[in-house]
Amino acid sequence: MKKMTVEIVNPTGLHARPASDFVKRAIAFKSDVFLENGIKRMNAKSILGILAMGLSQGSQVDIITDGEDEEEALEALISYITNLKD
Amino acid sequence: MNGIAASQGIAIAKAYVYEKVAFIIDEKLIQEADISSTLERIEAAKEMTKEQLKAIGEKARASMGEEEGKIFETHMMLVEDPIIEQRISEHVTRDLKNAEAAVQLAMTEISEMFLMIEDPYLRERSADVVDVCTRMMYNLANIEMPDLSHISEEVIIIANDLTPSDTAQMNPKYIKGFATNAGGKTSHSAIMARTLEIPAVLGLKNITEAVETGDWLIINGAAGEVILNPNEVEIETYKALQSQLEGHKKELQKLLNEPAITKDGHLVELSANIGTPKDIESALKHGAEGIGLFRTEFLYMDRNSLPTESEQFEYYKEVAEGMKGRPVIVRTLDIGGDKSVPYLDIEEELNPFLGWRAIRMCLDKVSLFKTQLKAILRASYYGKLRIMYPMITHIEQVRQANDILEQAKAELREQQIPFDEAIEVGIMIETPAAAVIADLLIKEVDFFSIGTNDLTQYTLAVDRGNEKIAKLYNSFHPGVLRLIKQVIQASHKAGKWTGMCGEFASDPKAVIVLLGMGLDEFSMSASSILEVKEMIRKLTFSQAAEIAEAVTNKVEVEAIENYLARFAGK
Repeated sequence: MKKMTVEIVNPTGLHARPASDFVKRAIAFKSDVFLENGIKRMNAKSILGILAMGLSQGSQVDIITDGEDEEEALEALISYITNLKD
Repeated sequence: MNGIAASQGIAIAKAYVYEKVAFIIDEKLIQEADISSTLERIEAAKEMTKEQLKAIGEKARASMGEEEGKIFETHMMLVEDPIIEQRISEHVTRDLKNAEAAVQLAMTEISEMFLMIEDPYLRERSADVVDVCTRMMYNLANIEMPDLSHISEEVIIIANDLTPSDTAQMNPKYIKGFATNAGGKTSHSAIMARTLEIPAVLGLKNITEAVETGDWLIINGAAGEVILNPNEVEIETYKALQSQLEGHKKELQKLLNEPAITKDGHLVELSANIGTPKDIESALKHGAEGIGLFRTEFLYMDRNSLPTESEQFEYYKEVAEGMKGRPVIVRTLDIGGDKSVPYLDIEEELNPFLGWRAIRMCLDKVSLFKTQLKAILRASYYGKLRIMYPMITHIEQVRQANDILEQAKAELREQQIPFDEAIEVGIMIETPAAAVIADLLIKEVDFFSIGTNDLTQYTLAVDRGNEKIAKLYNSFHPGVLRLIKQVIQASHKAGKWTGMCGEFASDPKAVIVLLGMGLDEFSMSASSILEVKEMIRKLTFSQAAEIAEAVTNKVEVEAIENYLARFAGK
């Protein structure tokens, strides 16, 4: 299991298009992917789960990956979030 | 009937009441032996749903654009969403529900969960869940889901609410407006109506009961008003209003690529004020010749740490590139005790508008300021950027800020990072002190931009938020007008120029005076640009100059406003 905290930097937050693009990327990995913010833990392959987290700009969230490609998955998803602009 | 004004315009047409056949689910219990076949049926319905959504998405993308197509990508994702999937399979395997009932239960539970969330964006997502699950239920029942694709005469759509599935397949040519029971300014139907530029009145609660297909209706989007079975007089009145609005809109549209030039050849620049790179699209659509004020505060707000240089660079670069060589005035950070930015340790102040804010703070936080300046400089390589310092009162502030700017430039040169060496620097004139010493300040900079809201508040010593004195706040006060005139003249004497960013620049009464005083650039919200352009093109500079001169001889605010209203009305 791999875990890393990341900050949402883009103005939209993990909503709308950034959220669905995130799910698309998460689905591509074999590992389980979760988002956790101290209150909720959600399946990151679920667009509903991500939306329900309500992650806006400035929020901190843990990305947790668990499975055979966990390292790769974590790296890709962290880089996706930190490079968001809109 | 009155509802939420979601998209402006007037439509007069017959109603088309769009009701999805109430889906009566045959809820029954299944045998344990049937679990796997039930799950298989659901799986098949899902596949079918995905295929339909893919086809609709392609159609929507072609007829209504990329954004609309994207909605269906999200919908396809929802079909396979693990949370929905898990709920459905639990209802089958644990509760032994049949397929239709399991989908319906999951839909209700999840959409209700979303409806409880406060965020309006998230609440609207509940409609997406309902849309997708409903389609699955239709597929399970092998019934074709109704949509608006068959409409072939001009109608106003009356519905409980409109989902992307409903609107994606309609022919925009025939749809004159929307009026719905549910929805708000951010719901799909509102966004759709604004994209199609048709009127929409939403949140009418029971319009589907009040209206029948074929009834005549008038909807007045700007007022949020719906008139059922209008009489002849009403129809005539609204028809006249409609053709007036449309005629004017067309006239304005013709001016899109025309210069803002008076009849006697005096040319000014009309620009837009923006807050984020996303606003560029609207600025360009309304014919902005540049950005007269790009506020950078939003990049610093709603977060826990300072934006980095590279993050800022990307943000500014997007604007520089997006404006394709048109000038963009980037205002450096203008923030103070009235806004909460936790990581900047701005203490609560008794008097934040007279406090530690804008350039005052930036000059105390040199590294924050230099980081921003470096990011702007780097982005200047990708378009035409100008830098502007806010809240200047002292000439020393301008000099200090320019020193830091020179350091930033030197550092970039050392790192061999390209930037626009000829970048222009200006200041906001928003304090009386700055206006009075404009002739001295102009020696330090390339241009001025007058911020009328603050200049008025500081000159008249009026807090606009205080109801008891709010009526004293008026930019037509001769004190404010004289300062404006003085600032423009000081810049012209030095062979430089003055702009104005603030709603005063688009006030019809103010435009004449400002034009007559020689203001060079007018920056406003994008949607006002074409109207101001139309006005300027009808005036002559000599006439405006005369009016501006006449105004300076008047002393009472009311007399000034009344005098100007005579010309603005034309």
